[in-house]
Amino acid sequence: MTSDSPRPPPRRRFFGAWGRRELQGLFWQVLVVGIVLGVVAFLWSNTVTNLSARRITTGFAFLGREAGMPIADSLLAYNPRDTYLWAFVVGIANTLRVAVIGIVLATILGTLVGISRLSANWLLSRLAAVYVETLRDIPLLLQLLFWYVLMQALPAARAAWRPVDGVFLSNRGLILPAIPVGSPQLWVLGTAVLGLVAFYLIRRWLIAQQMRDGKPRPAWPFAIGLIVALPALVSVLLGVSWKIEWPELRGFNFVGGLTLAPEYFALLIALVTYTSAFIAEIVRSGIQSVPRGQWDAANALGLRRSFMLRQIILPQALRVIVPPMTSQYLNLTKNSSLAVAIGYQDVVSIANTTLNQTGQAIEAIALIMAVFLTISLGISFFMNWYNARIALVER
Amino acid sequence: MTAITDVPDAPRAARRPQMGNPVLRWLRTNLFSSIPNGILTVVLLALLSKGVFSFVQWGIANAVWLTPANDSSACKAVRGLGACWAIIPEKYRFILFGTYPFDEQWRPALSVVLFIALFYLSTRRALWRRELAYLWIGALALISILMWGGVLGLSFVSQDRWGGLPVTLILATFGLAFGFPLGILVALGRRSKLPAIRSLSVLYVELIRGVPLVSLLFMASVMFPLFMPSGFNIDKLLRAQIAIILFAGAYLAEVIRGGLQAVPRGQYEAADALGLSYWRKHRLIVLPQAIRHVIPPLVNTFIAFFKDTSLVLIIGIFDLLTTAKTAIIDPAWQQFSVEVYIFVAAIYFVFCFAMSRYSRSLEAHAASR
Repeated sequence: MTSDSPRPPPRRRFFGAWGRRELQGLFWQVLVVGIVLGVVAFLWSNTVTNLSARRITTGFAFLGREAGMPIADSLLAYNPRDTYLWAFVVGIANTLRVAVIGIVLATILGTLVGISRLSANWLLSRLAAVYVETLRDIPLLLQLLFWYVLMQALPAARAAWRPVDGVFLSNRGLILPAIPVGSPQLWVLGTAVLGLVAFYLIRRWLIAQQMRDGKPRPAWPFAIGLIVALPALVSVLLGVSWKIEWPELRGFNFVGGLTLAPEYFALLIALVTYTSAFIAEIVRSGIQSVPRGQWDAANALGLRRSFMLRQIILPQALRVIVPPMTSQYLNLTKNSSLAVAIGYQDVVSIANTTLNQTGQAIEAIALIMAVFLTISLGISFFMNWYNARIALVER
Repeated sequence: MTAITDVPDAPRAARRPQMGNPVLRWLRTNLFSSIPNGILTVVLLALLSKGVFSFVQWGIANAVWLTPANDSSACKAVRGLGACWAIIPEKYRFILFGTYPFDEQWRPALSVVLFIALFYLSTRRALWRRELAYLWIGALALISILMWGGVLGLSFVSQDRWGGLPVTLILATFGLAFGFPLGILVALGRRSKLPAIRSLSVLYVELIRGVPLVSLLFMASVMFPLFMPSGFNIDKLLRAQIAIILFAGAYLAEVIRGGLQAVPRGQYEAADALGLSYWRKHRLIVLPQAIRHVIPPLVNTFIAFFKDTSLVLIIGIFDLLTTAKTAIIDPAWQQFSVEVYIFVAAIYFVFCFAMSRYSRSLEAHAASR
C-alpha cells in the first residue's frame, strides 16, 4: 500500500525553492546574454576607437548640415543646399511613392493573373502559368537591370513612341497628360475624402438601424450627396479649374504633363511584375481553398455570378489570401531598395550617398533601419487590422 | 413551374457524350466552350503569334551567332533587327568565372559540377541520413581546396579573383549551410521558456527581417571594418557571406519555427517522460519531425536566397550578375546587354526552376500520404 508508506523527507535544496531545472535555465540565460553583451561591448569599443582615429564624431548633428547632393527625381521640392535631414525626407517620400503605387498595381495585376490561371480557357491559364514561372525564377535585380536597359534603348525624345495621343514613351521616361494639382484642387479632394468618411459612418448607422427594425434604408443618396455633389459644389464655388495639361515636345524635351523618369518607371515595372507573380499564386490558392460545395450551394440558390463571387467566394478566399499578401507587400517595400542599383534615389540610395560623403556609417544605417522598421510595422498593423475584420467569426 | 423545369436540361446538354474527333472535342471544351471564351482564345492566339513571330525574327532569323574574335561589326549591322548571340561565345568565360586565372578555370568549373552533384544527392530521399551532413562537409571542403588551391600542386588563387557562377553558388550554399544551424538555434530560442533567450531571438529575427538585404550588405561592407580592431581586416567576399548567413538564419528560423509548432504536444511530453535532456529531446524526437514538415517551404526559402545573392552586385562583389554587367562595359559590345542578361537569366532560371519543381514534387508527395 503506497499510501501507508512514509513520505520521503523533503530534500534540502541549496537555493531554497529553486530546482535543478531553474538553475540550468538561469545558467544558460546568463551564459548567452553574457556572450552577446561581451561581443557587443567588444565591437562597440573597436568602433569608438576606429571612429576617433578617423576623426568622425558620432551623433545625428550632421543631419542639420547642407547635403550638397543632387536628387534628380523627387516628389517633394528639394535643392542641394537643403539639409541632410530634408534629403532623407525626400528619400522616404521617393520610397513611399514607388512602394504605395507598386503595391496597388501589383495587387491588381496579380489578382488578374491569379484568376487567369484558374480560367476554363486552356490557353489563358497556360499563359498565366508561364508568366508566373518565368518571373518567379529570375532574380529581381536582374529583371530590374533588364527593364532599365530596355528603357535606355528607347528612342530619343524627338522620335518618342506615341501609343496613345498625349502619351509619350522615350528614353526620357513615360510622359502622361495630367491635371495640375495645387492647393485649390486639394481643397476639393479633401472635401471628397471627408465626404467618404462621413458616408461610411452614416452607412454603419443605417445598417445598425436596419438590424433593429428590419426596414431597408438606402444609402446611395448619401453617397451621391457627400462624395459627388458636395465636392462638386466646393469646386464650383471656388472656381477650381480641372483642365488637363497635355505634354508637348519643345526642343529636346517635353513640357507639361506628368513625367515618370526612366529609373522610376523601370523600378515600378520590375517591382510590379515580379511581385504580381507571387500575388497571383496567393490569389489562386486562396480561391482554390474555397470548398466546391460553396460554389455549388451559391449556384443552387440561383445567385448571379458577380454577387456569388463578391458575397460568398471572396470573403472566404480572403481569409487565406490576406496573411501571405501582407508579407508580399513588405517584400515589395523592402525590394524597392534595389533602386540604388539603377540610380533612383530612394531612402537607401540617399543614405548610401550620405554615408560616403560624411562617413557617418552607423547613423546612416540606423536611419535606414528605422525607416524600414516603421514602414514594416505600419503595413503589418494595417493588414492585421484588416485580417481581424475579415476573419471568421465563430460562434 | 415552367421556368424551373428548364434548368435540369442545361447541364444534361453540356454533359451529352460528344462524338467525333478527340482533338476537336478537346479544342471545344478547353478553348471554345462559350462565345466569350472563343473570342478570348482568338485574341490571345493573335497576340501570342505576333509576339512569338517577332521574337523568332529577332532572336533566331536575324540573329548573329558567331563573329571573329572581338569584332562586333556584324552585330552592329543588325542592331535593332536581330539579336547578337555572338557576345555569349565571346564573353562566356568571363561571365561564368570572372577574373579567375584563365588556364585554371577548370577548377571553378569542377566546383560548379560538385555543387550541382551535391544538390542532386541532397534531393534523394534515400540519402536523408546523418551521412548527408558528412557529405556536405566533405564536398564544401573539396570545393574550398579547388577554389583556393595552394595545396596538392594547385596554385593559390586569392578570393579577390573569384567570380561568376561559383561565387553565386558559394554565397547561396554556404549561406544555407551555416544559416541552417543558426536558424535552428534561433527557432528553438524563440520557443524557449527562458525570457532572456526568447527576447534576444525575437529581437534578432525581427530586426533582420524588418530591413532590406541591401542595407545589411551595406552594413557588412561599410560598418564591418569599423567594428573590427584596427589592422584586422576581413575580405569583402567573406563579409558579404556573413551578412547573407545572418539574413538566411533569420528567415530559416521562422520556417523552422513553423515546423516546431506542427509537432504534436504528445511528442514533447513523451520525450520528457523518457527523461531525455533538452538537447537530446530536440535532436532525437522533435527536430527530425519538425524539419520533415517544412522541407517544401525550406526549398522555397533556398530559391529566394539563391536569387537574393545577386544583390551583392550593389557592394561590388563579382557574382554571376556582376560579371555579366561588367562584361558589357567593353565598348565594342556595350549595346548588346539584353542578350547577356537573357543568357544569365536563363542560368538563374534553370537552377530556380529545378528547385521549384522539386519543391512541388515534395508537396505532392506529402499530400498523397
